[in-house]
Amino acid sequence: MKNLIAGVLAGILVACISAAPASAQQATGKARKAAPKAAAKDAASPSSDLGVEEIVDRTNYAAYYQGADGRAKVHMTITDSQGRKREREFTILRWDAPDPNSTIPKKDQYYTGEQKFYVYFQRPADVNKMVFTVWKYLDRDDDRWLYLPGLDLVKRIAASDKRTSFVGSHFYYEDVSGRHITEDTHELIKTTDQYYVLKNTPKNPDAVEFAYFEMWIYKKNFVVVKTDYYDKQGRKYRTYQAQKVEMIDGYPTVTKSTMTDDKMGGKTEMSYASVKYNMGLPEDVFTERYLRRPPFKYLR
Amino acid sequence: MKQVCIAITAGFLATLLLVGVWAPAAAAGEEPPPPEGLGSAEPDLPVGLAAEPQMPEGLSGEEPGTRQTSAETSVQAMTLTGFWEARGGLRLRDDRYEKEDSVGETRLQLETEKVIDQLTFKLTSDFLYDWTLDRSNIDLETGHGWIDLREASVAFTPFDFMDIKVGRQILTWGTGDLLFLNDLFPKDWQAFFIGRDVEYLKAPSDAIKTSLYFEPADVDIVYVPKFDSDRFIRGERLSYYNGMAGSLAGRNAIVSTDRPNDVFKDDEWALRVSKNVNGRELALYGYSGFWKSPAGMDPASGRATFPRLRAYGASGRTHVGHGIGNLEIAYYDSLDDRSGTNPFVDNSQLRFLAGYEQDLKSIARDLTVGAQWYLEWMQDYDDYRNVLPAGAKPSDEYRQVCTVRVTKLLANQNLNLSFFAFYSPDDQDAYLRPNVSYKFNDHWTGEVGGNIFIASDNRTFFGQFAHDTNVYVGLRCGF
Repeated sequence: MKNLIAGVLAGILVACISAAPASAQQATGKARKAAPKAAAKDAASPSSDLGVEEIVDRTNYAAYYQGADGRAKVHMTITDSQGRKREREFTILRWDAPDPNSTIPKKDQYYTGEQKFYVYFQRPADVNKMVFTVWKYLDRDDDRWLYLPGLDLVKRIAASDKRTSFVGSHFYYEDVSGRHITEDTHELIKTTDQYYVLKNTPKNPDAVEFAYFEMWIYKKNFVVVKTDYYDKQGRKYRTYQAQKVEMIDGYPTVTKSTMTDDKMGGKTEMSYASVKYNMGLPEDVFTERYLRRPPFKYLR
Repeated sequence: MKQVCIAITAGFLATLLLVGVWAPAAAAGEEPPPPEGLGSAEPDLPVGLAAEPQMPEGLSGEEPGTRQTSAETSVQAMTLTGFWEARGGLRLRDDRYEKEDSVGETRLQLETEKVIDQLTFKLTSDFLYDWTLDRSNIDLETGHGWIDLREASVAFTPFDFMDIKVGRQILTWGTGDLLFLNDLFPKDWQAFFIGRDVEYLKAPSDAIKTSLYFEPADVDIVYVPKFDSDRFIRGERLSYYNGMAGSLAGRNAIVSTDRPNDVFKDDEWALRVSKNVNGRELALYGYSGFWKSPAGMDPASGRATFPRLRAYGASGRTHVGHGIGNLEIAYYDSLDDRSGTNPFVDNSQLRFLAGYEQDLKSIARDLTVGAQWYLEWMQDYDDYRNVLPAGAKPSDEYRQVCTVRVTKLLANQNLNLSFFAFYSPDDQDAYLRPNVSYKFNDHWTGEVGGNIFIASDNRTFFGQFAHDTNVYVGLRCGF
C-alpha cells in the first residue's frame, strides 16, 4: 500500500514536470486574450512589465518627443473625394521644453510635455514664406501666430479648436502637435506578437467628433503603425497608417504616412525628408524675430 | 517492482488527464468572443519595421535612411515666385465725378530673394496695366504707373542681437484689425476701398529698420529719411467730401497737397519697445513725423497739408478665455496746433481700441468671429468749436467705430467666406466688406467681393464714399 501511494505520487510528479511547459504555454496563450494585463508580465517581449499607462507614455514619446528638438521637411499630397490633388510643402521645427528637475542628459530625457513649433510654408504659392508658430501648453490653449509677409503682419490666431484641418489636409492640428494623453482613458485591449492595441476613449466626449480610437503600436519601439477612429455610431470613419519607418539619428521615425477619410473618401499622404534631431535649436527661434527672418540655418 | 511501475504510470496518466480537462475548461471561461469591429486585420508592418532595428554604437558616417531624397538647392540660389492677376470692378451707384469702373487692371507680381554672404536681397515688383486710368507715367512714391515697387531691400545681422533691413519694405505693427493706432506706416486707402487685395492696404516705406533683441525687451527703430504719406483718397478714383467746396467731389477736384519733401529734413522716426511675457505681448510705441493723410490746409493756396505729428502709445495682446483679446491706446500730439485754436490743422487726438477674437467651434468648424470697439477723442474740443468757420458742420468730440469680422472656411478650407464691417454709431455710417474666395487648385484662386458704404450724412468718414459702393471680381494665378 505504501509503495502504491509512493508510486502514484511519483507518477504525478513526473507528469507534472513533463507536461508543465506545454500546458503553461496553452494557459498563457488563452490568458493573453482574456486577461492581457496579467499576461503582459509574461509576454515574451523586451518590455515585459508594462502597464497601459507606460505603453501610452512611451508611444506618446515616440510619436512627438524624440530628441530635444527636431526638423523635418514635409510634403503632403491631398486627394479629395473626387480624386483631385493638391500639394503642400513646409518645413517644421520642433523644440521640447526641458524639465528643469531632470538629471537625464537633455537629448535623452523623458519629455515634459510643453513644446514649440515653427512651420515655414513653401507650397502652394499663396502661402509661400508664411510662417506659423505654436507654443504648446498642457494646461491651456496653445498660443499661435501666423506671419503674413506681404503685409508684414504678425497675426495672433485664436486656437481653441485643435481638431480642424491643418493646411487643408486630412491631418488635424492635433495630429501634428499631439493630443494630450490626459484627455482620454486608455485600455490595452489586445496584445499580439508584434503589437499592443490600445483603445482610447475621450473623457469629454462632447469636445470631439469620435467615440473612441484604437491604436496598433509596434511593441519593439512604440511606433504607432495604425490608428482607427470610430464615430458615435461605432463605424470606422478615419484611419491613420504609417507606411515607412526609418532609423534617423538613432530614433525610429515615420517618414511616410497616410490619413484616410473612410466616410467621404479622400486622403492625405505625408512624407518627411531631411529629418534631423538634436540640432541644438535655440528657444528664441520661436519668437517674433524669426517670424520675420526665417532661420535658414536650421530650415535647410 | 511491477506494482510500482503500474502506480507511476497510473499517476502520470491521471495527471495528464486532469491537466487536459482543466485547461480547455479554463479557456472557455476566460476568452470572450471578439467584439464587433475589433475583427479588423492586423496591419501590415510598414517598410523598415520588419527587421529588428539596428542601433549602431559610435555612429560615424551617414546612417541609412538619412540620405536626402529631394534635391536640396544651394542656399545661394535665387528664388522667383509671384502671381498674375486680373481684377475688375463696377460702381453700383452713379457717380457723376467718377468712371463706372471702380477697378480694372491686370497685374503681375514678381518676387525674388537672394542670399549673398550674410546679406539677404529681396525684390518685389508689380507690373500693372490699369485700363481705368488715363495717365500711366510712373511715380514710385504714390504707386502710379505701370510699375509698383513693393519691396527692394537688403537685410543683414551685424551682431547676434541686431537685425537691420534697409530699403523699400512693408512695415506693420500694432494690434488692430484694419484699425490703426500706433501703426503710422503708410496705407493705401484707395486700393483698400476699390477692392484690391488687402495686401495693398499697406503701402511700402523707404526706410531703415533696426531691430535690437535684448533680454529685458526688444527694440525696433525705423528711420524714414523722406516722409512717406498714405496713398489717400484724392478724388481720381473715389469721390470724397471736399470741405472747401462743401460738397462731394471727385475727378473735378483732385486733392492737391503740399507734401513735406526734403530728404533728412522732413523725416520720420518710429519706435517700438516690445516684450512677450509667457504669451502676453506688450509694447510701447513712439512716432515723430507728420500726419499720414492730409490733416490740414494752407489757407493761402488752398492745398491740403500734412502737419507735424508726434504720437505715443501702448498695446497688449494675450489669450483671454478661449480667444485672443487686445487693448491699444495712442495719443496723437498735433504739434502745429497744440492748443486747438488753429482751424486749419487737425487737433490732437486720443485713440483707444479694445478687441476680441475667438473661433466658435461649438457652432461650426473653421468659424472665427472677432469684434472691436474703437474710439477717437478729439482734444481741445471747445477751442475747435470756437474757431470753426460759420456754416461748417462740426465733427463730434467722440467718434466711436465698432467692427465685426466673421470668417468661415468650407470645402477642405478651399472656400473662404469673409465679412468685415465698420459701423460708427456717432457718424451713423458704415462700411461693409463681404468677400468670397475659392482656391480652384494649387495655382488658381478666384474671388468676388464688395465695398459697400452706407451713409446718413455725406460728410462723415465712411459716409462720404457712399457713391463709391462697388463690387469686384478677381482671378489670380500663383507660381
